[in-house]
Amino acid sequence: MPPRIYPTGDHAITIEIGDRIDAGINQQVITLFRQLKALNHPGVRDIIPAYQTLTVVYDPLSIKKHLSHPTVYEHMEQWLLEHATIHASATANNRHIRIPVCYDPLFGLDTAFIAQSHGLSVDEVIRLHTNRTYRVYMIGFLPGFAYMGTTDERIATPRKTSPRTTVPAGSVGIAGEQTGIYPLDSPGGWQLIGRTPLVMFDINNTTPCFLQPGDEVQFYSIDIDTFHQLTNHGHPGA
Amino acid sequence: MAIRVLKSGLLDTIQDGGRYGFQHWGINPGGVMDGIAMQVANMLVGNHPEEAVIEMHFPAAELLFEAPSLITLAGADFCATINGEYLPPHQPVWVDKDAVLSFTKHISGARVYIAVFGGWVANNWLGSASTHLKASAGGNGGKALQKNDLLLLKTSQSMPALTHSMRLPWQADIRELYTGSNFYFIPGAEYELLNDAAKKQLEDASFILGRQYDRMGYRLQGAGLLYSIPKEQISSAVTKGTMQLLPDGQLIILMADHQTTGGYPRIGHVISAHIPSLSQLLPGAEISFQQTDMATAEEWLFRQQRNLQQLQNACTFRLAEWMAAHHTN
Repeated sequence: MPPRIYPTGDHAITIEIGDRIDAGINQQVITLFRQLKALNHPGVRDIIPAYQTLTVVYDPLSIKKHLSHPTVYEHMEQWLLEHATIHASATANNRHIRIPVCYDPLFGLDTAFIAQSHGLSVDEVIRLHTNRTYRVYMIGFLPGFAYMGTTDERIATPRKTSPRTTVPAGSVGIAGEQTGIYPLDSPGGWQLIGRTPLVMFDINNTTPCFLQPGDEVQFYSIDIDTFHQLTNHGHPGA
Repeated sequence: MAIRVLKSGLLDTIQDGGRYGFQHWGINPGGVMDGIAMQVANMLVGNHPEEAVIEMHFPAAELLFEAPSLITLAGADFCATINGEYLPPHQPVWVDKDAVLSFTKHISGARVYIAVFGGWVANNWLGSASTHLKASAGGNGGKALQKNDLLLLKTSQSMPALTHSMRLPWQADIRELYTGSNFYFIPGAEYELLNDAAKKQLEDASFILGRQYDRMGYRLQGAGLLYSIPKEQISSAVTKGTMQLLPDGQLIILMADHQTTGGYPRIGHVISAHIPSLSQLLPGAEISFQQTDMATAEEWLFRQQRNLQQLQNACTFRLAEWMAAHHTN
């Protein structure tokens, strides 16, 4: 299927690769993201990779000056077509990151609910969550909020029907077949199963987000004492 | 060189043209809601058009000028007064030391902008002074203005030796820059989910801006639009102006503090040139939509830019003349 290209407003253009959530397709998106980013097009303000789309946000006013097409949009479309070589077998070259999570009931407010709705024990839910390596498909919703997937279908659980007004930073949750970590205190509807002592988002860091699109993430279980220790004594690296 | 917040307002933040380049980290661009007002206010005090300004909602903060300054208000009219005397928007005013700027009653618009000669001192985060409230970063320590906050002025340039506040004798004509309540949109990726009747309804019916009209998005009220349910809506990037279709057939238009990605169908995108007018609407306002094409959307933006450029030239000229006439040294 040839990629579909469409406008996302009069200052953004999107290329859609595939029509489903798939690690291979997403890897093509991430590879394309890195490629286009490296070109440093002066009129491009943002490049946003998502599950199976990549969106280029541009400044029509600054691009207009060197127009070779009737519209800035067509100019950007041409730019995409020239540079967006989709590599069917995109090489991964992704970071592998291990993240400690305390699954104590103190933090895993919904673990019992998830266990119950799937006829599992709480320990099985934790085992199934730590058993897999997840892919960071995209970052959205909040600064540094990584959408990771996909979870074992035995623990996949829809969002809460009524979101919590406050979910503390570091909370690890499940929504459908996705898992994620709240980088900031925020309202949120994900089913909470634990909390990481790692700082997921730090405005004082030049790379404020701990996770990047394309990262491969594995969770490992820590007890509450270790959680407090890691919280009090800085944070281990990746 | 400082201005003190005597009384805080509903939501007063430092904003500039926005924080671009980090949306792949989920960091939304933010920035002013009304880009025209920001530019006009800055031009009238001789600043770069995208210099940081203070964006205020009603009720707005009360400010004490501990140092004299040249300022301009733009956007909404909240019946601003300097020591009790009315100050219209879009007119530069020389504010003397110890003067108090108050916003006494709501007249029109939703957001007023204050630019000061030289600009405000603000925290820069990732290349922008815009306040990011969720990340507690940028602007005034990542926060809205609070009582007793001191806002410093960047400039150390010598100012005219005037003994009292005075309005400068010119005003910007902004009528050509705003566009009314008929909003042009470009069809979005999921426009075809609407059935034919809903497509017609989108352009024929009028919609009412609801109570939710914050910096994240505008919720509209109208007859629900009928659409076919997508088999699976996978989250993808959204932009300022994106018209999202909620499951009940109602619309949300995403504004400056929108999330970077969204999972609702994107049925259209309000064109950039019309966003400033949208950002000044209040709940209860009646709005309508009209489909357009990319060439028209871009032409609107370029025309707006040409008008702004002319205004800037005029401002530069008038201000230089005035400064020369009022400097005593």
